[in-house]
Amino acid sequence: MTATDASTELGLPAFRTGTELVPALPEGQTQTGKDFTSDQEVRWCPGCGDYAVLKAVQGFLPDLGLRRENIVFVSGIGCSSRFPYYLDTFGMHSIHGRAPSIATGLATAREDLSVWVVTGDGDALSIGGNHLIHALRRNVNMTILLFNNRIYGLTKGQYSPTSETGKVTKSTPVGSIDQPFNPVSLALGAEASFVARTIDSDRKHLTSVLSAAAAHRGTSLVEIYQNCPIFNDGAFEDLKGRDTKDESIIPLVHGEPIVFAGGAKGVVRDPATGGVKVAQVEEVGLDAVLVHDAHNTDPTVAFAISRLTAADYLHQAPIGIFRQVERPTYDDQARAQVSAAVDAAAASPDERLGALLGAGDTWTVV
Amino acid sequence: MSKQVQQLDRVIIRFAGDSGDGMQLTGDRFTQESAIFGNDLMTLPNFPAEIRAPQGTIPGVSSFQVHFADHQILTAGDAPDVLVAMNPAALKANLGDLPKGATVIVDSHDFTKRNLSKAGYDADPLESIGDAGSVLGEYAVHPVDLTGMTVEAVKEFGLSRKDAARAKNMFALGLLSWMYGRPTEPTIGFLTKRFAKVPDIREANIAAFKAGWNFGETTEAFAVSYEIKPAPMAPGTYRNISGNLALAYGLVAAGVRSDLPVFLGSYPITPASDILHELSKHKSFGVTTLQAEDEIAGIGAAIGASYAGALGVTTTSGPGIALKSEAIGLAVMTELPLLVVNVQRGGPSTGLPTKTEQADLLQAMFGRNGEAPVAIVAPQSPGDCFDAALEAARIAVTYRTPVMLLSDGYIANGSEPWRIPEISELPTIDPGFATAPAVGEDGSTPEFEPYARDPETLARPWAIPGTAGLEHRIGGLEKGDGHGNISYDPANHDKMVRLRQAKIDKIADSLPPLEVDDPSGRARVLVIGWGSTYGPIGAGVRRVRKAGFNVAQAHLRHLNPFPKDLGEILQGYDKILVPEMNLGQLSLLLRAEYLVDAVGFNVVRGLPLKAAELADAIAELVGEAEGVPVDLAQNIDPESTTDLEVAK
Repeated sequence: MTATDASTELGLPAFRTGTELVPALPEGQTQTGKDFTSDQEVRWCPGCGDYAVLKAVQGFLPDLGLRRENIVFVSGIGCSSRFPYYLDTFGMHSIHGRAPSIATGLATAREDLSVWVVTGDGDALSIGGNHLIHALRRNVNMTILLFNNRIYGLTKGQYSPTSETGKVTKSTPVGSIDQPFNPVSLALGAEASFVARTIDSDRKHLTSVLSAAAAHRGTSLVEIYQNCPIFNDGAFEDLKGRDTKDESIIPLVHGEPIVFAGGAKGVVRDPATGGVKVAQVEEVGLDAVLVHDAHNTDPTVAFAISRLTAADYLHQAPIGIFRQVERPTYDDQARAQVSAAVDAAAASPDERLGALLGAGDTWTVV
Repeated sequence: MSKQVQQLDRVIIRFAGDSGDGMQLTGDRFTQESAIFGNDLMTLPNFPAEIRAPQGTIPGVSSFQVHFADHQILTAGDAPDVLVAMNPAALKANLGDLPKGATVIVDSHDFTKRNLSKAGYDADPLESIGDAGSVLGEYAVHPVDLTGMTVEAVKEFGLSRKDAARAKNMFALGLLSWMYGRPTEPTIGFLTKRFAKVPDIREANIAAFKAGWNFGETTEAFAVSYEIKPAPMAPGTYRNISGNLALAYGLVAAGVRSDLPVFLGSYPITPASDILHELSKHKSFGVTTLQAEDEIAGIGAAIGASYAGALGVTTTSGPGIALKSEAIGLAVMTELPLLVVNVQRGGPSTGLPTKTEQADLLQAMFGRNGEAPVAIVAPQSPGDCFDAALEAARIAVTYRTPVMLLSDGYIANGSEPWRIPEISELPTIDPGFATAPAVGEDGSTPEFEPYARDPETLARPWAIPGTAGLEHRIGGLEKGDGHGNISYDPANHDKMVRLRQAKIDKIADSLPPLEVDDPSGRARVLVIGWGSTYGPIGAGVRRVRKAGFNVAQAHLRHLNPFPKDLGEILQGYDKILVPEMNLGQLSLLLRAEYLVDAVGFNVVRGLPLKAAELADAIAELVGEAEGVPVDLAQNIDPESTTDLEVAK
């Protein structure tokens, strides 16, 4: 039996949006970014990319049209994990790496909540790597914002699981010998149903990705390239620089050919490796260029595209939604199993408890 | 041929065989028969951690001990009166526990050269039965070809020889059921249901069971059968229940009586997994179970569910608690209701997964960074796991705190008759969720304070998402008193550390006085314990009293906080004995808290304490306290018919 069959059997509609069961604002009522701003002073370093993301999220949340009290932000430990304190929603700043597990319990216990996880490259990929891949595998309805600055900021500058090999940091004075993770490749390998990448400095793109992630039912993983001006300044410079970004960003748009550098370069299949590569469009022709299909149920091509991300200095990276497929969510199915059992029970809970305790081989002493 | 029937007041039987021989099932069936018959009973399953250790070897031996009586008993018994050994390894592994004169029934079929050598026997001990000084010289041995007779009894069903021989445990059960006058219908009913889909296996097992019974009745090898009358028990309806099942039922009941959905986040671990299995069956009570990717995720999900307004529960054993410690600290800091169940096993590290121990008390008390107090509740018997789970839930919800429920392998897998409670007798638990702050006359609403406290309990509000006006942020960083925002203020931290401790201490206001069993009122020695040692301590105390001496007994269900009157009670005795299956963890706490000279009785064999050894230790202390020599054996009243619960 396929997963889809299971959801049909449990009486779930085939498609739901991520926020469908979350109470909306009353008709005619609107919110602004200010409604989502808490009274707490924001304490990131001047110039930190986190400010831009916070502003974008505060600006975007009113667009969801949801009741503020039904939104919960859960974070782990790290600079970005202070995020929930600055939003006037429900929130929990939890422990290192465990936010996805806490959010899993929260999202499974309550269908009426919009659940967000804020995490960093150390939090999500190092200490919390296990929880991340299992959240993605289960496909719990939540959105994970993974702030990737490729460094440990809060502990003052050690290399992270996304730092490039050879990086000289406080804990690697002669260069890191660790092979970095590519978070998008990792998420696709875990068969995540929604995987995207965006950049802190491009508010428009960031907002559009957040919007798609929130609308997706299941675990949405959004990697956000985020600059740390203190310990890893300029890590994403090529993706941001006026003169370099066109050559560095490979924009992914569903249904469009994957071209960049003003249309001069395109992504084509590479028969030699079975993967994909960058080619001059002039040489291969536009017809040979891959048309991006984010809805492909097979993650193979999305994975191949994710490999175009430079592993060392980030001079090239695909940006956009790599994958977005419908798959039954863990929380919907767990609740459906429980509610089917609850609905099938006729007697009162006390009566049924009495029957449960008194079942099996019993004897009576008078 | 009519056989003699002899009256006994109690019997301890141990079934032992290879891990694959079905000894747990055999013991369990005998127990159910005895329970329905109306005997009081206690059981002690004992099995290796390996699912199938090498066949025929001593490490592969699995056993099940059942103690049943015509009166109230407290333990599974120190030493078996009867050993059923299905192979040489089972005989060798258990013979040392038998008192002189014990009955031994062996499956002679399995005493082959190969099996004897696997068990480490140079010569077949069955060949020297009756010889003084031989291996089996001191026992009443009955070699019976259980396998051969089983194969013969089931041949009409056309099973392979291997399948046919597998029914030998039912043959043995039938024989023992005859010997002790057990009712047969429950087992036939059980087999009919269990093997409903495989008629030939079903019929073969029933045939083997009946053949065993008939063999007992007709053979001249067994001249006597025994009768153990039902035990007087308080009126009510009873069932036999294991601790893990009772604990799972207690959690279901806590959900029903609090009107909260139960959410279990758990990772499989011996000996706690049964609770996960059981709770996963009870979705109709609104119970959600999540088998997490690891121990940490299990408790993480439970904390998330608790924040969402469910009764968050996580179940594990010692190694799992070690992994969950940081998350327990988070629940302490965020002051959320949470049940943490630790079914203790032998440690440290992986230790003895299938054996019992109570060496996690100090881990429960102190096993976290910082000042991180949690409430601790410990059940004292299998059936008591039900009430203890309800009590733990009451504390967690009322005081918004993690509660550690300390069960252990002995009561988790052991069973006893349990009077099924009336649902209306069970306590109710009020979640008391915070509601939206009232709008003032000027139209403004007061700022919600997530760390404001109830003056009586010092609990903070349980403010769940979805409640307008209560938006707030919690987390692991220190919280400012009242408003709950991050605070690095030194005075605030000192205050919050003390408040979190004071809240746990406040729980003592809600506890009943500690019951002290001191019938004469003249005892100078108090024996105090906690958890599963209740039975062995009670049995040891009985023996000392039987010998004419005074001794008092008290048992702690609440380990943190202690009952308010504990200090005063301890001060009232000259000597305090603290028996524990650890190196003196409660002793340490009592000494530190009350400055009393608590003396430990500490045995860590992975098995329940033996009542006889305990009785000797109590007697010694009574002798010291009263300045008289105490010899238990000489002082026992020979006319007494009351059980002493010790080895003969």
